[in-house]
Amino acid sequence: MTQEDTKIIVESSPHLRSEESIPRIMWTVALCLIPSGVMSMLVFGPATVWIIISAVLGAVITELISCRLRKKPLTLMDGSAVLTGILLAYNLPPQSPLWMAFLGGSVAIFLGKVLFGGLGFNIFNPALIGRVFLMASFPQLMTRWPAPFGIDAATAPTPLAVFKDGFANTNILTQTEIINYSYSDLFLGLRGGCIGEACILALLLGAAYLVYKQYITLEVPLSFIGTVGIFSWIFSGSGFFKGDFLIHVLSGGLILGAFYMATDYVTGPITKKGKLVFGVGCGLITCLIRLWGGYPEGVSYAILLMNVVTPLIDRFTVPKRFGEVR
Amino acid sequence: MGETFAGGNHITGYKELSKDKQIIEMPIPSRVAIPLSQHTGIICEPMVKESQLVRVGTKIGQGQGLISSSVHASISGKVTKITDYNHPVLGVCKAVIIDSDGQDELEPGVGVALARNIKLFSKEQLLEIIKNAGIVGLGGAAFPTQVKLNPPKPVEFLIINGAECEPYLSCDFRIMLERSQDILKGVSVVQQILNVRKVLIGVEDDKQEAIKALRNKIAELKLDFAVVGLKTKYPQGAEKQLIKALLDREVPPGKLPFDVGVVVLNVGTVLAVGEAVFLNKPLYERVVTVTGKILKNPANLKVRLGTRFSELINFCGGIKGQCEKIIMGGPMMGIAQCTDDVPVIKGTSGILLLSKSQTAGFAEQPCIRCGRCVDICPMRMLPYLLSQYGQTGHYQKADGLNVKDCMECGACVYICPAKRRILEHIRLLKTVLK
Repeated sequence: MTQEDTKIIVESSPHLRSEESIPRIMWTVALCLIPSGVMSMLVFGPATVWIIISAVLGAVITELISCRLRKKPLTLMDGSAVLTGILLAYNLPPQSPLWMAFLGGSVAIFLGKVLFGGLGFNIFNPALIGRVFLMASFPQLMTRWPAPFGIDAATAPTPLAVFKDGFANTNILTQTEIINYSYSDLFLGLRGGCIGEACILALLLGAAYLVYKQYITLEVPLSFIGTVGIFSWIFSGSGFFKGDFLIHVLSGGLILGAFYMATDYVTGPITKKGKLVFGVGCGLITCLIRLWGGYPEGVSYAILLMNVVTPLIDRFTVPKRFGEVR
Repeated sequence: MGETFAGGNHITGYKELSKDKQIIEMPIPSRVAIPLSQHTGIICEPMVKESQLVRVGTKIGQGQGLISSSVHASISGKVTKITDYNHPVLGVCKAVIIDSDGQDELEPGVGVALARNIKLFSKEQLLEIIKNAGIVGLGGAAFPTQVKLNPPKPVEFLIINGAECEPYLSCDFRIMLERSQDILKGVSVVQQILNVRKVLIGVEDDKQEAIKALRNKIAELKLDFAVVGLKTKYPQGAEKQLIKALLDREVPPGKLPFDVGVVVLNVGTVLAVGEAVFLNKPLYERVVTVTGKILKNPANLKVRLGTRFSELINFCGGIKGQCEKIIMGGPMMGIAQCTDDVPVIKGTSGILLLSKSQTAGFAEQPCIRCGRCVDICPMRMLPYLLSQYGQTGHYQKADGLNVKDCMECGACVYICPAKRRILEHIRLLKTVLK
């Protein structure tokens, strides 16, 4: 071999890289969300797909423009904008107007991500920033819930909303009777609610694949859901330890939030211990809002509030130095 | 499931390229360039002059001071020059160039089997033999072995490192398979020097044949050594991680294995110790894995020190396609060379050739805080944070983050989905915060 015609690269070790990449992770998460979207089309009608597309377009176009304005390389193909769009859409009611979904996607990317410096620098989950923005701006549109399989624009409150009222008024009925849904209805998503939150089965299928691929770990989802379960078992009944924790676990956006949004890398703690703390915190805030707060649902706010605490959690969960004697 | 430590990750090994290739002795090269520094420590003083005749095993460089190691001629012939020459680690180093006379004549007494009863030797005598044979750690760090075997306080355990966790490399696997008896004889010598009862040989569990070969030989020779299977995981062969896996002891920061009562030696090193004691053979050759997907015939070669990489590559049939990296050692901790005109030294465990597709420049993206590097860091550091501080010049912020603990194994860079050059940033911090 002669060296004259061969260019040799000299750089420092290591010389080997794994095949994982940011795009691969983001697109896989997006893929894992598809089953839930398909279920929403079956339960709420095919129109939900247009809402999802609008939200994704809003996110993608905003990302495109801001990359151009900031004269940064185009980051669309890393999949994070598309993922944000999908997650936002999944947090919208099934009859949301398309312009609202588009606006939400746009705000999610701009306020939630671009202003902080792009992917990796945002402190809040962008999709949830989008949702909270829409909640504050269009409260009526954001709380109009069609009944499952409803032909007309018949509306029906979500299980958690019913529960919130019903729990206040009666102690006679069992808790599933109050909300008028069975556990299996809740598990399969045959109930009112946001587009992508309802079908627990579909969400768990996708999540199982993410866990298998080690793209997410179970620390956050299990501690989050576990805390909600225990807390609602203790406090949500007509006396201590009489709550129907299954209703709280299966209703609202808990499963979607716990597996797909609280596990967001950028805005969550870095260590396993930190993730446990984060999950427990999310669970506690969710329950406080659900049981005693002004909203029937608290997952979004819980995650956003815990996003704020993330740097603090990271500071207190530094791994013990190798070889250090305590 | 084998013993292990917390952290680390499984890395595709590519060992199948060479692991079933029996060790072949490479023909004697017509010229060798033997660097006078092939070890950690002070460079040797040359003991020969230009145009002097030498034989295989003639000492040509004398170790200087406490931490140093002598070097020997690896072929017989004439010293043509003592001059600066390419060096795989140092870049350039003074080297003795020897032209072969084709005779391969041994120095008198070298290579003669000695029926030595080591029980009759004192620790000092054995250490002197090892020192004269120029033995250093053959795993890569090349620390003089006589120094390592003379710890300032008594130790409890001797650990023999047969983990070979670096991808692609198979030289240790081959010697464990083919030279198990000679390795065990070397272990007995070291055991006597250190006066330890407990000997553990750690081998990753993807090398079952080696584990079996060693166990059979141990039973046959009625020795009291334990061969322990280790989980196949990088960096299982790192000294501190190996001790953690086998004994659940952690070497404190800035301390050495003897501080927790352990001495760790690589299998190749104990083989060399055995050969020095029972064959009176100085370290003038070693087994090198020459490998890579673009190499025609990957092989495990027994090579005379000072042979140039280009000759090994040619002996293996040359390259198919385009080579973009020549690495001494494995892909994780090996050193990229700027030419193939560098000599094999004592620490050369492998020569790895990588093609363009395998080394294509990865664009560095911002950290997405996925936490993989923190999960796998075998030293339990915070690679993502150090990387950010190093990259953005916030050196002082990194001061309390124990950057010196980093052994530069590269596991964090391997696993990073943002393809961040974490280790480059950490090396920068190490230099700045020195």
